[in-house]
Amino acid sequence: MYAAIAAAREDASVLLLDKSLVGRGGATIMAQMTVAAAIGHEEPDHWTDHLQDTLAAGRELCDEGLARLLCENGPARIFEMDGWGAHWARGADDRIRQVKAPGHGRARCCYVDFLNTGPGVAGTLRRQVSTLGSVRRVSNVAVTDIVVHEGRAVGAVGMDVVSGDVVTFAAKAVVLAAGGLTKIYRRNSASTNMGGEAYALALWAGADLIDMEFVQFFPIAHLAPRLVGMDPIMWDPFRYKLGGRLLNGDFEEFMHRYGGQDSGTYTTVRDQASYAILKEVEAGRGSPHGGVYLDFRHVPDETLRLAFGPVIDRLAHNGIDLTQTPVEVAPTAHYHMGGIRVNGRMETRVPGLYAAGEAVGGANGANRLSGNAITEALVFGERAGQKAAAAVAGVPHGWNARAAEGAVERLHLALGADGDSGAPANVLGRKLQGIMWENAGPFRTGDQLRQALDDIHALRESPVAVRPAEGFNLDLQDRLELRAMLTTAEAVVRAAIGRTESRGAHQRLDFPDSDPRLVSNQAVEMRGAEITARWPREAGLWRARSENSR
Amino acid sequence: MTDETTTATAETTELRVWRGRSEDDGRYDVYRVPYEEGMSVLDALVWIRGHVDSSLAFRYGCVNANACKTCMALVDGEVAYMCTARLAPAGAKVEPLPKRPLIRDLVTDTVPDDEKLHGGRAAFTQTVG
Repeated sequence: MYAAIAAAREDASVLLLDKSLVGRGGATIMAQMTVAAAIGHEEPDHWTDHLQDTLAAGRELCDEGLARLLCENGPARIFEMDGWGAHWARGADDRIRQVKAPGHGRARCCYVDFLNTGPGVAGTLRRQVSTLGSVRRVSNVAVTDIVVHEGRAVGAVGMDVVSGDVVTFAAKAVVLAAGGLTKIYRRNSASTNMGGEAYALALWAGADLIDMEFVQFFPIAHLAPRLVGMDPIMWDPFRYKLGGRLLNGDFEEFMHRYGGQDSGTYTTVRDQASYAILKEVEAGRGSPHGGVYLDFRHVPDETLRLAFGPVIDRLAHNGIDLTQTPVEVAPTAHYHMGGIRVNGRMETRVPGLYAAGEAVGGANGANRLSGNAITEALVFGERAGQKAAAAVAGVPHGWNARAAEGAVERLHLALGADGDSGAPANVLGRKLQGIMWENAGPFRTGDQLRQALDDIHALRESPVAVRPAEGFNLDLQDRLELRAMLTTAEAVVRAAIGRTESRGAHQRLDFPDSDPRLVSNQAVEMRGAEITARWPREAGLWRARSENSR
Repeated sequence: MTDETTTATAETTELRVWRGRSEDDGRYDVYRVPYEEGMSVLDALVWIRGHVDSSLAFRYGCVNANACKTCMALVDGEVAYMCTARLAPAGAKVEPLPKRPLIRDLVTDTVPDDEKLHGGRAAFTQTVG
């Protein structure tokens, strides 16, 4: 949405396509936490400090140019959103409140109360975009291919979700802003449209991806008791404000065993915390549902209410009284550091094809700091929209119907293949989630990853049952999504096989240490029908020992 | 969070779900679903799609967080978000919103007119085939 706003500012005509409803899907609405930007309202801060923290968390793998862009332009986006009526939480002095999240050296994370940051941001952008006459919003269109003609992105092919019609779109430039891939994992905190489609669309169009092995697992997602109407990630802001203690199944603190801190502080970064929790569970010291306890019993009721007001009532409605019972939490697939490779203008290597938001890889390296995801959505969106619009000003449409034929035919084929033989795509999708969770999850080995690759290939060959149904056919949507999920899953697995070390969110049990010779980024690309991961030429020395080339 | 473990229960309940393409030509399908205390109506529908009948149509986006606000339907006659409507042990009756044009099953036309593919300007689009 930010890309659309920025492109419209450059006098471009914009078509904003969304598979669900514009501004109501994707990852942003699920982000109940914070937006990191060095605006210095809470305490003196500078974007260079934010950059330093971001680079440190990225374990030497951040694309420094993108990380710099994120940190330097974050404040401008926060203030611009403020002008558009985003309700950033404010103190009595009317300054924007900021909290300190793990890994940040300053209190620089803005938020919207209570646990309403993502919906607040999405709502603000939705309102803003709807005021622009040059942005045409279209909901319920699933894009299935980018059309490339003479090496240039010239439009897209998709399906009208409601009618099942095949639709083509001519465009002088295309910005992919379709978010991450967490839905390819069984335990995830994703909206239903986070199946990694942006990455697959980019690969198929000829762009390359970067850092695909780095999936962020959020350490303390809600596990039990059953909770409805709340984001499973909600305990993060609780910990910023109130601390909270992590206890294993025997009600002992354990973070110190893995190099973290106990005692109600919240300083351990995400990859370290996930590791500690899964190790406790593996050692048989987990909570009943296979996680650990998060305990706020030492926090008085009035403190809880002051910090989270109505949320405490929503918890009570779910039968949860934090003063009486600890909740169970566990790691869940939450965010993807990797993504489409772009330069500082958000251009992919396919002319006319841009990327923005979580779909972009590289800014966060091997591990993302809390609060940087919405910042990159805003900053990269603004940048992509602006650059794309400027690049195509005065340029004629390059649309070519013949270039779209393959994609259109593929889509007709998928839509026409009725029949009850095989399993429905959502059942196969669940299988894929299991494959990825079991063998390409927070901890991997080469053997597990090769097993995952075999299983993905087998699944790709499985017949898909699509039951004929007119109008809003979820079977068809699932089938199209499954194709993308399989491609993206393979990209993750290929890159994870190639990185024979442990770093940040990529933990190889067979290579537990970081290898200083692998301070480099792998790219994933399509070569013919094959998805391959490769090290850059300067790291070629190590390619010989990379298992990819065996 | 969807997890295999949530389905591993001996207790079940019944969901009566309205199905069809038009108000005059519909039916109620009855599904037996595993029941776990605290589960939402949306959980039950997702389970049905994954285990019994994938052709069932309903809208949802954020999965039980009540953030996308797209899963509205009639639950036991009351307008509700299916993600926050708790399933009672006795089950529930689920129907599409009554005042919206019906698309199919529980899906009604909740897309604003100016966000429709064939509404508004069509200069950018062409329909193939």
